[in-house]
Amino acid sequence: MPGPLGKDLLGLAPLSAAQIELILDTAGPFREISERAIKKVPTLRGATIVNLFFEASTRTRISFEFAEKRLSADTVNVASAGSSVSKGETLVDTARNLEAMKIDMVVIRHSASGAARFLAERIESNVINAGDGTHEHPTQGLLDMLTLRDRFGSLKGKRICIVGDVLHSRVARSNIWGLTKLGAEVAVCGPRSLLPNAIEDMGVTVIDRIEDAIAWADALNILRLQLERMQAGYIPSLREYNRVFGVTSARLERAPKDLLILHPGPMNRGVEIDSDVADGPHSVILDQVTNGVAVRMAVLYLLAGGKPELAEAAKKGNA
Amino acid sequence: MAHPIGTRDLLIKGGRIVDPSQGLDAVGDVLLRNGVVEACGGSLGTPDGAEVLDATGLVVAPGFIDVHVHLREPGREDVETVASGAHSAVAGGITAVCAMPNTKPVTDNQAVVGFVKRQGEAAGYARVYPYGAISVGQKGETLAEIAEMVGAGAVAFSDDGKPVESAQLMRTALEYARAFNVPIAEHCEDMTLARGGSMNEGIMSAKLGLKGIPAEAEEIYVIRDILLAKRTGGHIHLCHLSTKGSVELVRWGKERGINVTAEVCSHHISLTEDAVDGYNTNAKMNPPLRTAEDVEALQQGVADGTIDLLVTDHAPHHYDEKEREFADAPNGIVGLETALGVNTTYLLHRGLINLSQLVDAMSCKQARIFRLPGGSLARGGLADVTVFDPNKVWTCDPTQFKSKGRNTPYGGHTFTGQARYTIVGGRVVYTAA
Ligand SMILES: [Zn+2]
Ligand SMILES: [Zn+2]
Repeated sequence: MPGPLGKDLLGLAPLSAAQIELILDTAGPFREISERAIKKVPTLRGATIVNLFFEASTRTRISFEFAEKRLSADTVNVASAGSSVSKGETLVDTARNLEAMKIDMVVIRHSASGAARFLAERIESNVINAGDGTHEHPTQGLLDMLTLRDRFGSLKGKRICIVGDVLHSRVARSNIWGLTKLGAEVAVCGPRSLLPNAIEDMGVTVIDRIEDAIAWADALNILRLQLERMQAGYIPSLREYNRVFGVTSARLERAPKDLLILHPGPMNRGVEIDSDVADGPHSVILDQVTNGVAVRMAVLYLLAGGKPELAEAAKKGNA
Repeated sequence: MAHPIGTRDLLIKGGRIVDPSQGLDAVGDVLLRNGVVEACGGSLGTPDGAEVLDATGLVVAPGFIDVHVHLREPGREDVETVASGAHSAVAGGITAVCAMPNTKPVTDNQAVVGFVKRQGEAAGYARVYPYGAISVGQKGETLAEIAEMVGAGAVAFSDDGKPVESAQLMRTALEYARAFNVPIAEHCEDMTLARGGSMNEGIMSAKLGLKGIPAEAEEIYVIRDILLAKRTGGHIHLCHLSTKGSVELVRWGKERGINVTAEVCSHHISLTEDAVDGYNTNAKMNPPLRTAEDVEALQQGVADGTIDLLVTDHAPHHYDEKEREFADAPNGIVGLETALGVNTTYLLHRGLINLSQLVDAMSCKQARIFRLPGGSLARGGLADVTVFDPNKVWTCDPTQFKSKGRNTPYGGHTFTGQARYTIVGGRVVYTAA
């Protein structure tokens, strides 16, 4: 029986505001489990989950693994570099093999946009997108939203600016879809060469100068700058990037109000973010990490068909 | 061996003959004898022993030609052969095709040109006219032996699949080819802008997180090549145009009397980038599907004659080659069997062009611009005829394709307009079920 989210979580674009709220609401009770001495409930006992990481991502994989283990699921990790020659065959064959092994859920990270959907269309198991190419990273978007909602109470009317390489960021797209659905105002700020030039059509504002973004925003979500963007010619140098777009404490001091600082990690300290900002009083970067586990537990639970009203019971270990 | 010729007279009776090459649009008969048109128009008697084909209610047109197809032989006979491609053509009402040279090995010498031509003759379906490559190995470095290939039967030259990146080489090709009266056909794509891209650059690519190919990647080459044609007086033929800007640039060139001709593919006048949504690899092609504004401009370009030809860029692939992540999937679709249906549905029945314009763009002008035999039912013309029903409603079922390819974005689409009989050299080589 399909749960309240449907079969898969492929992105935040296909979800309704109510579904997103449901995940965030469900994450709350699950977060408390992580604060106990015995951080485990039997909710997904007997379920088998494969974490299929075609692209290295220690943070996301560990976060999913904790979420799965805390729900008592049996997990298998498959890491594969994915041979560039026969990627497509690998993914089709992988799908066939997973189907044959009667897996309940698959968490997939892949370097190709659309890979999670590709898999979901070919297997019965629930598929969770843990990042596909430069498309979406829905659980990261959700954990960002949970972090913001905790601080703001509601996202309605809040101004969130995503800073940096939006062009190549799956986090940015999930943030844009999710935040706008819950009524936040979203802007992006970064070098124009790293912003899709149709980005305005997604309902966001472009702010060219980081000073203006800081003056406008209630929160900054600072994206990691992939260092190879410089070699690829998208920006002249890391030094110039830091000088023009870097979020520094000097810039934040001139802000009209305090703003929250988010970063999906891992950070390039001294490039997109300065250390004193990352470790400063307005940083919620470690809350994001905590919330990541809770959001992923909520998603696993809801996709497994869990009833929202039973989330509290699940927490107590009775569901 | 030449293409087979019908041994009996064939009388096509009572159809609506639409042949812009003679300004003809009237109900009448067409008599084919010894591979050529014996008589056309009016009520003709049935000669002794003649086969009679009742074309009442149907359109009788000079055989359709498609100057832009990929037949994959030599090299990828598993995907398509000259024979299966030529069979696919006649199933779509197309009696002659020009085969692009990006084969393995590349069709860049007289031996391969001759081979492709002979395979076409042996198959006995559509006529197959080989392209030769502009540069050796399509490497963009040195000019291939154009004159020798013309001697072996090449009718045009192209490095299609990729652009001629060197403007100097393109200039030389245009100059050199002048003496042989053959067009130089360009795949317009600035690779420094397009590389890594897999769809149109715009809102859809932003949403899907796919690297886009901007319209300017095409337009920069369109204007470069028009200017080189102006400089050299050579004949530049621009392949598969996909953007509004390209149409405007071609119009600019034609207004100045520059020797430029242009084609569009059926898919570009009927589909937008929205077809890619959901990472549909059957909608992945190069140039990519663009926006509604571009589609409208291309349709307008066909209607006002800025765009000369309707082609397919027929590009079969194995099913499993398309069954992969979008960015890694190959470009192209099977086009020959849906082209007429697309063109009648999206251009004719929407009132953008009339029957004469349709036949002109699919037949007469193809022959004229590429200096091919055919494209006319005037007495003495080739006995290649397409008999079609512009009002026949049908649904595209890729499993029925004669092509070896199944990759089409039109599976399940309903079209109005279908070929009923395809006649090559006075022989009926295809009859619709
Ligand atoms: Zn091409
Ligand atoms: Zn082509």
